[in-house]
Amino acid sequence: MMRFDLGQDAMLCSGHAACPGCIDALAARHILATMGPDTMAVIPPSCMAIIAGPQPMSSLKIPVYQPTLESSAAAASGLRRALDAQGKRDTQVLVLAGDGGTYDIGFQCLSSAAERNEDFLYVCLDNEGYMNTGAQKSSSTPRYARTGSTPAGKTSRKKNLPEIMAAHGVPYVATASASHLPDLVRKIAKAKTIRGTKIVTVLIPCLDGWGLPDDAGLTAARYAVECGAFPLYEIEDGWRYTLNVAEKTRPVAGYLALQRRYRGMADDEVANLQADVDRGWATLVERAAASQREGARAATE
Amino acid sequence: MSTMLDAAMATRAGRNTGARTMLLTGNQAVAWGARLARPQVCPVYPITPQTPVLEQLTEFQADGAFDAEIITPESEHSVMSACIPASLAGARVFTATASQGLLLMHELLHYACGARAPIVMANINRTVASPWAFWPDQTDSLAQRDTGWVQLYVESAQEALDSVLQAFRVAESVMLPVLVNLDAFYVSHAMEPVELPDPVDVDAYLPRFAPEHRLDTAKVESWGNVVTQDMFYRHRQSIEEAMARVPQRLAEADRDWRERFGRGWGVVERYRCEDADTVVVTMGSMCGTARVAVDAMRDAGQAVGLVKVRLFRPLPVAALRAALAGVRDAVVLDRNHSPGTGGVLHQELRAALYGMDGAPRIHGMLAGVGGVNVPPAKIVEFVRTARASEPQPGPVWAR
Repeated sequence: MMRFDLGQDAMLCSGHAACPGCIDALAARHILATMGPDTMAVIPPSCMAIIAGPQPMSSLKIPVYQPTLESSAAAASGLRRALDAQGKRDTQVLVLAGDGGTYDIGFQCLSSAAERNEDFLYVCLDNEGYMNTGAQKSSSTPRYARTGSTPAGKTSRKKNLPEIMAAHGVPYVATASASHLPDLVRKIAKAKTIRGTKIVTVLIPCLDGWGLPDDAGLTAARYAVECGAFPLYEIEDGWRYTLNVAEKTRPVAGYLALQRRYRGMADDEVANLQADVDRGWATLVERAAASQREGARAATE
Repeated sequence: MSTMLDAAMATRAGRNTGARTMLLTGNQAVAWGARLARPQVCPVYPITPQTPVLEQLTEFQADGAFDAEIITPESEHSVMSACIPASLAGARVFTATASQGLLLMHELLHYACGARAPIVMANINRTVASPWAFWPDQTDSLAQRDTGWVQLYVESAQEALDSVLQAFRVAESVMLPVLVNLDAFYVSHAMEPVELPDPVDVDAYLPRFAPEHRLDTAKVESWGNVVTQDMFYRHRQSIEEAMARVPQRLAEADRDWRERFGRGWGVVERYRCEDADTVVVTMGSMCGTARVAVDAMRDAGQAVGLVKVRLFRPLPVAALRAALAGVRDAVVLDRNHSPGTGGVLHQELRAALYGMDGAPRIHGMLAGVGGVNVPPAKIVEFVRTARASEPQPGPVWAR
């Protein structure tokens, strides 16, 4: 078994309030340790807010501001500018939001902050639905997934957040997964060195909401990457693509079979999802190759 | 050396020697007030008729005279969302809005008070849609009366400038946000000579904002975590205690302002109320019109005065009871409309005077709703009608 040590002091303490087996805490532990103590967290209502703990306790060793659900990026902007006004340019501002607070209700102010290129790292802990309220669909929920608000399966596709954010021309957009921790940590460390808006989407399989056994979070996260349903990639300055896991090594069907939320899918529906994944993958491969060619040309000029 | 310095300071302090007068609109006066307050963060979104405040501030910045971090988000909702944590980080925060913008902020107005963020915001009172309109009407801010913001209503550009600075002083002393309201166009766009105080004297009046509790990686304090019922209850109690201190703190802030700059505005102003049997009670620009009406009625031998409610939230109940003691008729002019209730000030005043020995008869008039013009002659007529009739329990439309 591979072992990956934290490497820095823990910023997320034990005794936090995550569900047993939830890899949200694992991801947050590494993100926070990489960000370090000179960081302020903005955590809207979400699973992460529960993990952060009730007053007067906090599982985080850094200041936390909990804004309203829809205002994380605006709140991070205000906090960032106050720090700038006080000469604290090196203090990091880190948003830890869920997909409901990012793809849906918080999207307007996120787009605005990205357009202004406000200097903070926005991490979307994406469990593909409103899991903290008992599993309802968000615009991050994939097609065919059953949720409390889509009991017969969702009919529309998952919103492509990384592409939308990259289209703002921000310096750094990435996807990451706790199943690939060294890659996750490298991306957070990289984002930390960049001024401007950085958006990292981390896939967090929700044991309860996805219908997974307590020990299957990491497996589901790994399958999502390996089948290409959640490819790991980076987009710099809106156009420079890097595909971090360059091969798809398993069919989507195996990933779906792990999860009760996809129960009872017809064969043609599985084929539709496979086709969606293949198309998205081909686009990414193409763009990564084009970025490499562009980079090589720039280097020789 | 120190004696010379003291003497120099004494010459400067309180004398307002560096003051100068400019012809300004209410909006410009608000922007000058903000500039003199030296805020560090200023998120702002344009909306008619507030936009000139925004433009004046960005012009100040372009000229190098205003070094706040100006943030231009996509909505007023995000403006207030940015204001709160900026304030909690220990920055002085100013913004301005109007009408729909204030309503869009509603959720965050509650949040700001709960967070005890001493933000100062100017609101240009404008009709609330639908249908669309751009006229002076105070329904926008009065609909925010339960959000925990201190509310001032001003009558002139000079009062607007002075009130922004007094508002910071009060906000930061009780740790509550303050809303300074001025009527669309009548105040926001009308020009008048405004005395700009010397920045050095303003700095002495308004010391640097340095809150004990703040978001700071060196302190590691947080805000917003889930609390118990008991903690929530006690938190609301502490907000109420802070609110209760506001009338006194505003009176002190205004007295000190008067000593330094030679003019004050009070908490509740009594205009020609000596031995008055009838008193007009109103807020904002309507006060200017009412003064003219009162002068006319006094000239005609009628014992009529004006009570101007400058501080609306918290409602200064003791001051209002004192101002209206011995008065037979109080005529409340509301440039706002709360459907099913009528005028908000009318409702508030009735509650404030309930059970008072010898309380005046309180007549509520919906006058000027939607920006309808209310000239002095109309106010004279309203007073005549009120004196001759019993107060109505419901709203009376008066125009």
